Amino acid sequence: MSLDSVLFYVLAALVLGSAIMTITRRNVVHAAVWLISALVGVAGLFLSRGAEFLAGVQVIVYIGGIMVLFLFVIMLVPVHDESTQRRFSNQKWPATVAAVALFLWVAFIAVNGVGMLDHPGMAEPLGPGSLSENSEAVGLVLFSQYLLPFELASILLLVAIIGAIVMSKTRNRETES
Amino acid sequence: MEQLLANPYVPPLILTAVIILVFPLIAGYIVLAERKVLADLQVRLGPMRVGPYGVLQPLADALKLMLKEDVIPSQSDKWIFWLAPVLSTFTALSAFAVLPLSDRFFVADVNIGILFILAMSSIGALGLILGGWSANSKYSLMGSLRAAAQMVSYEVPLGFATVTAIMCAGTLSMQGVIASQLERGVWGAFDNYGLMLIPTVLFIIAGTAETNRAPFDLPEAESELVAGFHTEYSGFRWALFFLAEYAAIVVISSLCVTLFFGGWLRPFPNVAALEMPLNTLFPAALFALIALGCSKGVFRQALAGFRLVMAALTGLFLLVGAAFALPVANELMIGLFWFAFKLAAMVYLFIWYRGTFPRFRYDQLMDVGWRWLIPISMFGLILNGVVQLFARG
Repeated sequence: MSLDSVLFYVLAALVLGSAIMTITRRNVVHAAVWLISALVGVAGLFLSRGAEFLAGVQVIVYIGGIMVLFLFVIMLVPVHDESTQRRFSNQKWPATVAAVALFLWVAFIAVNGVGMLDHPGMAEPLGPGSLSENSEAVGLVLFSQYLLPFELASILLLVAIIGAIVMSKTRNRETES
Repeated sequence: MEQLLANPYVPPLILTAVIILVFPLIAGYIVLAERKVLADLQVRLGPMRVGPYGVLQPLADALKLMLKEDVIPSQSDKWIFWLAPVLSTFTALSAFAVLPLSDRFFVADVNIGILFILAMSSIGALGLILGGWSANSKYSLMGSLRAAAQMVSYEVPLGFATVTAIMCAGTLSMQGVIASQLERGVWGAFDNYGLMLIPTVLFIIAGTAETNRAPFDLPEAESELVAGFHTEYSGFRWALFFLAEYAAIVVISSLCVTLFFGGWLRPFPNVAALEMPLNTLFPAALFALIALGCSKGVFRQALAGFRLVMAALTGLFLLVGAAFALPVANELMIGLFWFAFKLAAMVYLFIWYRGTFPRFRYDQLMDVGWRWLIPISMFGLILNGVVQLFARG
């Protein structure tokens, strides 16, 4: 087995193990720490495939932004009360169905090979030789071939930000009056 | 030996080991410099007891911290209490891997060097947050909450300032940024007809906030929160947090020096006439001057042991100064010298801030971050982009 595949299996084990720990911990902060470990593992997988830019952004956005905010909220929750309560709501069955469906979908792709996801006009996959220009390649593809989806995602986020501000402002006005 | 050094993995490994072993000592002396400079600003003497003029104080402090009892609060979350300082120190030291200390001393020159530093600093923030939460103390928790909010807020202007500098340099590699400044013949801070000064100033302000230094040291505001997020930490674990804080200062200062002040390049790198005076005379004269200052202590100190220490320091600095006069040693060390010189200036700036500015109130902190720094940094990015587009064609 080459070093590359050893690295892949180690990182995959880290991601899956951490993910399992995340959903089985009773203490929410512990769950969050395991989730961080899973996200670091995913960044490692990106790095081992030569997607340096994605790995960096994965850590900055998911860990530096999203997980910090998660922890910010979780820290205000009394953990001891939380861990004695029943964790799962009545949505057990819909959740099971969704999980099984997702598993079947991923398994279907895994069996048929990644090639079935190809579509005309898709960007060329980056070979190992183009590593040194990884960030530039991502930027070029994002702002030429995939400009419309990129801008749509930006507008979606902008709407979400404005929505959040509007919601927090209206609540303030009600409490003041 | 030659064969060993030719192996691509050996020199970086040696350098890594050296950094990890030497940095705690450097951090200790930065603390001493900080205490001395603050004392001077407040017309005090600062530490004077351990060694002549307190020069051995860091060693005494380190010994004290290692021998101190390591208290773990009984109601704390022990697992995370253990993890938090380790996480902070680990990430802060990892960021050193991409710092270009000189043209020949660097661990790795990767294509995402700047992203890597930002990523490591954002993971390091988790150490503060988890550490404060796990101690199960209200003061610590308040410190953590402040740390979380502050990190998220000030990462945005820091990111925008960095992006502006990257745009100006055209690469994410740290050595590449320095090479582009050499090629364009101007420091990043003064590029684009001086408009790059906007991101430079913003970077320094946001960097101060990102490293939790005064006047942005709300997470550990000792007048309100005892010691903030590390209230319950003691002994070696506390020392790890301390080490992480100083490592973060050095990393942010290095990033600033690299992006905006030419990294290991000497000032005016394109003027050949200044090669001799700046690269040989200046360092030699500087170290000779320091040696002269130390030699005064040899006669003024009363204790024989103190005289010996001062004499040894005089000899050491004279030796270093003489080494810069030798062409072989000079070539090896000059990049490192300029990097360390600029870095020291940045660290001094941070200490100066601490001695000068009163701490922000929490709402003022958020106000400055969101209503001033973020819009100005966006404006700076767009302005520099437009100027660059037209000026460079």
